[in-house]
Amino acid sequence: MAHTQDKYYVPHGTRWPVFASIGLAITFVGAAQLLNGSSTLPVILAGTAMVLFVVFRWFAEVVHESESGAYNSQVDRSFRQGMIWFIMSEVMFFACFFGALLYARQLALPWLGGIGSETVTHSVLWPDFISSWPSNGPARIGGDFEYMGPWGIPALNTAILLTSGVTLTIAHHALKDNRRGILALFLAITVALGIAFMGFQVYEYSHAYSELNLKLSTGIYGSTFFMLTGFHGLHVTIGAIMLSVMLVRVLRGHFTPTRHFAFEATAWYWHFVDVVWLGLFIFVYWL
Amino acid sequence: MTTITQGHAAQDHAHDSHGPARGLSRWLFTTNHKDIGTLYLLFALVMLFVGGGMALVIRAELFQPGLQFVNPEFFNQMTTMHALIMVFGMIMPAFVGFANWMIPMMIGAPDMALPRLNNWSFWILPFAGTILLSTLFMDGGGPAAGWTLYPPLVLQSGNSLAFAIFAVHLLGMSSILGAINIIVTVMNMRAPGMTLLKMPMFVWTWLITAYLLILVMPVLAGGVTMLLTDRFFGTSFFQAAGGGDPVLFQHIFWFFGHPEVYIIILPSFGIISQIIPTFSRKPLFGYSSMVYATAGIAFLSCIVWAHHMFTVGMPLAGQMFFMMSTMLIAIPTAVKVFNWTATMWRGSLSFETPMLFAIAFLFLFSIGGFSGVMMAIAPVDFQYHDTYFIVAHFHYVLVPGALFAAIGGAYFWLPKWTGHMYDETLGKIHFWLSAVGVNLTFFPQHFLGLAGMPRRIPDYATQFADWNAVSSVGAFLFGFSQLMFVYIVVKCIRGGKQATAQVWDNPEGLEWTVPSPAPYHTFDEAPLIK
Repeated sequence: MAHTQDKYYVPHGTRWPVFASIGLAITFVGAAQLLNGSSTLPVILAGTAMVLFVVFRWFAEVVHESESGAYNSQVDRSFRQGMIWFIMSEVMFFACFFGALLYARQLALPWLGGIGSETVTHSVLWPDFISSWPSNGPARIGGDFEYMGPWGIPALNTAILLTSGVTLTIAHHALKDNRRGILALFLAITVALGIAFMGFQVYEYSHAYSELNLKLSTGIYGSTFFMLTGFHGLHVTIGAIMLSVMLVRVLRGHFTPTRHFAFEATAWYWHFVDVVWLGLFIFVYWL
Repeated sequence: MTTITQGHAAQDHAHDSHGPARGLSRWLFTTNHKDIGTLYLLFALVMLFVGGGMALVIRAELFQPGLQFVNPEFFNQMTTMHALIMVFGMIMPAFVGFANWMIPMMIGAPDMALPRLNNWSFWILPFAGTILLSTLFMDGGGPAAGWTLYPPLVLQSGNSLAFAIFAVHLLGMSSILGAINIIVTVMNMRAPGMTLLKMPMFVWTWLITAYLLILVMPVLAGGVTMLLTDRFFGTSFFQAAGGGDPVLFQHIFWFFGHPEVYIIILPSFGIISQIIPTFSRKPLFGYSSMVYATAGIAFLSCIVWAHHMFTVGMPLAGQMFFMMSTMLIAIPTAVKVFNWTATMWRGSLSFETPMLFAIAFLFLFSIGGFSGVMMAIAPVDFQYHDTYFIVAHFHYVLVPGALFAAIGGAYFWLPKWTGHMYDETLGKIHFWLSAVGVNLTFFPQHFLGLAGMPRRIPDYATQFADWNAVSSVGAFLFGFSQLMFVYIVVKCIRGGKQATAQVWDNPEGLEWTVPSPAPYHTFDEAPLIK
């Protein structure tokens, strides 16, 4: 453990976390009441606005401290490790939904189709059901549908995301070589690719709903398809916002070739989102 | 284990630093690990009585057969909310409170690594707790399907479901943020010379617990999200008609739920590993084996979850695997129990209140461990499943296990926190009332379970009446004894014999090198450890 000369920066008091909690509580209470049938959309919007405001101010404070040199290398290490374990928790969140997909395909549906010796559900309720994939179950919840094939938009989106990983890495190398122009250019390209991905994803969803009769409520296939791709899309959106913030900071002259934690953390996050997409492409679209 | 050469450095520099802010803003906006630790501990204490009140409603109803005080629907809400509050609102925050207070002092750090995040992890909790408790006043009452939230039953809840699920999301966020902070603090904030294998056992157990939290809390979040979409957005995750499976939820829940019980018990192990050597006046026996045993327990805890589901219908190979892996946990756990025993062997023992709680932990947690091994045996579990035997089992590991460790830890460090000695006589009375009460409450439940009394019912056949009456008397004794604890803590905060820096007889660890009460900022300059 390196013993640095300067002290570890410990902030004295902060107003943001309490207000973040209040904002979150307002948002969730509003959302719960909306689900229960009240028209509390304004409550949700108010809560979300509060959370976003707090996040903005909180990060602004941290960026300011960082740029004014308050953080030594030990603080930098804390941030790095914190980000790694945050991404790890995200990995487990996605693992839960991938696990549900594999469970449904490998166990639940075969059992419903009569595999194994004690599948009473099959023999009593749905003796005619034959397990297959994609499936909306023995009761065909949601009606006839077409599944989403891999080689159209999904393959294109795979190419887009993989390319964005490359452009981001080029931007990172440019940052380390202190070539700011190339940095800004490739970062901007990365953001654009992220937005393009989201645009195609929105098109894919509307195509699924209007032409394939593939909906969130289309049995287990629709459930896993939309929840996995939906949460991934949410993360791409968050990642694109993070990248945009990095772009703004780059244009304002933030970061040095040796110290640019926020940039790297964003890059890690983006690559994580990338890897999740590869899992989606293989297990949700392809196989 | 460690030799401290510059432990006094912190107190010399304490006067340079900011003191606490004044008034309410100190507690709302604090980034100080000691303040946040205090907040966690006080929150846990309040929740102990909220959840405890619910337990007493349950035991009052079960004092006699028949329906006396509450209707069955409300009874089910009580069992569900009691568990959710005690697990997420009481015992986990209590141990995070200990982590906040003690880890920076134990490793010679100026504070937690991410102080603002630390404040946020705490301040999510009161809001989440309030949302959860508010469900009791809604149409259809609170969630009543048990803390395991199994579908399809839980999907039939009233307005409470969405609130309960969002509360779980918030509680999970708080836990994950807290865990990230603890890992980063331990990995990045240790004083020079404080190598990993010099860390106190409490720090080790919390480090491993934090890894477990990051591994499983997001999975619970995913699982309850699926419940939410199944109920409100027409997904079919847990609906066989759509190709899903209600059993899938049980797998997801217990993939979280089993490591969760170790998330609760590992910090208890850590506290016990601090208390027993101090009052045995010997170093902890088998330190490194304790570390490896903790890691072993954590690993095994992730591959045993389906032992909660033997009766649900599972392929034979699955039953065999989960039975064997579960029984394997007995090995590292026994390593720990034997190490504690060997620490006491030929030690110069004294029996102050923390030590009494630690020794009670040793005996009573072992009882809970043994009944756990019994239920790990799949064919035997078919008989015990969902009876009072399991209720007795997990209360033995959670109450005289985790809760006794927390109370023992509170007595152990109260003088360091407040600067005053607690009232030893009252502490001992509190211990004996608790020890008698807890056994009176939970030991008879073994007999009830073996005789076939099912859990989670407000009424029962008359042959179970006697032991239920005993159990209820014990519960009220135990519950009201805890008021004594509050009195002792308040008395200790307000005054009492001045505590020395060491507090106990030559205890080991950096926290005993700073004055009592510990200055608002400790180790602004890292101590040197040889």
